[in-house]
Amino acid sequence: MPDGTVMIFLNGGSVAVAAGSTVAAAMLNAGQPCRISVTGEARTALCGMGICFECRALIDGRAHRRSCQVVVRDGMIVETQR
Amino acid sequence: MSHYEVIVVGAGPAGIAAATAAARSGSRVLLLDENPAPGGQIWRVGRSMLKGQSEGEAAKNHALKRLRDSGASFLFGYSVYDAPAAGELRAICESGEAADCPVWGEPHAVSLRYEKLILATGARERFLPFPGWTLPGVFGPGGLQALVKGGFDVKGKRIVVAGSGPLLLAVAAHLRGYGAEVVCVAEQAPLAQMLPFAISLWSHPAKILQGIQYRAALGSAPFHLGCWPVAALADIAGGKLTGVQLTDGRRTWTEDCDLVACGYHLVPNTELASLLGCAIEHGLVKVDEEQRTSVAHVYCAGEPTGIGGLDAALVQGEIAGLASAGKPTRSLQGRRVAERKFARRLEAAFRIRPELRSLAQPDTLVCRCEDVTYAALEKRSGWTDAKLQTRCGMGPCQGRICSAALETLFGWKQISVRPPLMPVPVSALVYSESQPVNLKENQ
Repeated sequence: MPDGTVMIFLNGGSVAVAAGSTVAAAMLNAGQPCRISVTGEARTALCGMGICFECRALIDGRAHRRSCQVVVRDGMIVETQR
Repeated sequence: MSHYEVIVVGAGPAGIAAATAAARSGSRVLLLDENPAPGGQIWRVGRSMLKGQSEGEAAKNHALKRLRDSGASFLFGYSVYDAPAAGELRAICESGEAADCPVWGEPHAVSLRYEKLILATGARERFLPFPGWTLPGVFGPGGLQALVKGGFDVKGKRIVVAGSGPLLLAVAAHLRGYGAEVVCVAEQAPLAQMLPFAISLWSHPAKILQGIQYRAALGSAPFHLGCWPVAALADIAGGKLTGVQLTDGRRTWTEDCDLVACGYHLVPNTELASLLGCAIEHGLVKVDEEQRTSVAHVYCAGEPTGIGGLDAALVQGEIAGLASAGKPTRSLQGRRVAERKFARRLEAAFRIRPELRSLAQPDTLVCRCEDVTYAALEKRSGWTDAKLQTRCGMGPCQGRICSAALETLFGWKQISVRPPLMPVPVSALVYSESQPVNLKENQ
């Protein structure tokens, strides 16, 4: 993994994240759910390998991105998928 | 449209071995994977452990070097979502952020043509629903390990590792390596079921040694056999995981913890093989001694042909790669047969106990995409009825998580596999020959 940290905007707040982290890991570290389910439950990543789609989040304006498959980038805007 | 003599789908150990063998035999090879780098799950690259070194690091680095030197081309960050005609695959990079994407951030779909196709699509974890399994803080063991490698900090976190399969000890040892406190490891298989497997390992000394190393790395954390979780518990507000209830069938107790990793061995990824029309037997892709499937020019190696682990994947991959290039595989057949026996024993040792079918309560969710409860599914007659009446299995994972659970709970077999194999933008479904595809070549 690359050294250093990057800043991302997570649900409105700015968070320092280790460079090379996945967005799902950053959301877990910040205690933020990836998505809210159809009946309103908070969900975070389950399978960690892009199969379960539980880690879907809104990343840079694009909905339903699998956050476990996306690596953080400086200035990335991440929101819980609702 | 890009044309290759051999396309290998999946860059885990089986795919790496297949691509290397085929390319070294002189074939023009493309190795494709949806992850940004080769390695698959077991050789996943990521954050290093705080203490100790991941086992198998040397073998992985050696395999990756041979792959790079083999002359194979790579397409990473792309997922196969359709096989519209014989000899043709469609793949997409959804993020538009792979090295081969022409416009950064724009989803990019490509058509790929092959003469021979090698499927090395690996496996996923089997999840069985239990109360609380959808709470944040509950993961698959392999899932948690992947997330930790991806930067999830588990230092000082109390973790219960539960479920079934050889992965449990390996994951627990890794989690400790990242600074976590493993509360205990609970394996559902009873000692009597595990013993024949343990004894048979004497013919695989390296595997015994690895097991002993993992157990040693666990330190004083107990390893319970014949023990499984019945519920994950949350605080009153319902948000924060506080512990997990375990049982050995006689006694039930609570272990306080911050995270739970629970999964029941592995389920092969056979969707692409099914879409191509390959014969599937007992949930596994049927292959001959040279890894040929029932469909001409299509080979399959690794977990989809039987859950056998790393060594099986490596030998099957190499055989498939050589066979696809018309080279002899005789010298590898002894190893292939031995690993096949090992896979069968593995399956018997970690057979799911019947009690696990009754863990889900009426309000327990079975389909996590569409939030379908056990009570809603119990009344259905099968998959089609369930889909029509409840939307079970119709969310974005396309039943990949709930199908294994439904097979265990109700004996329902997944009915059909249809394209697209994953959710894709509508633009990816407009197949146009006029879109030029120029992949950067590795040669």
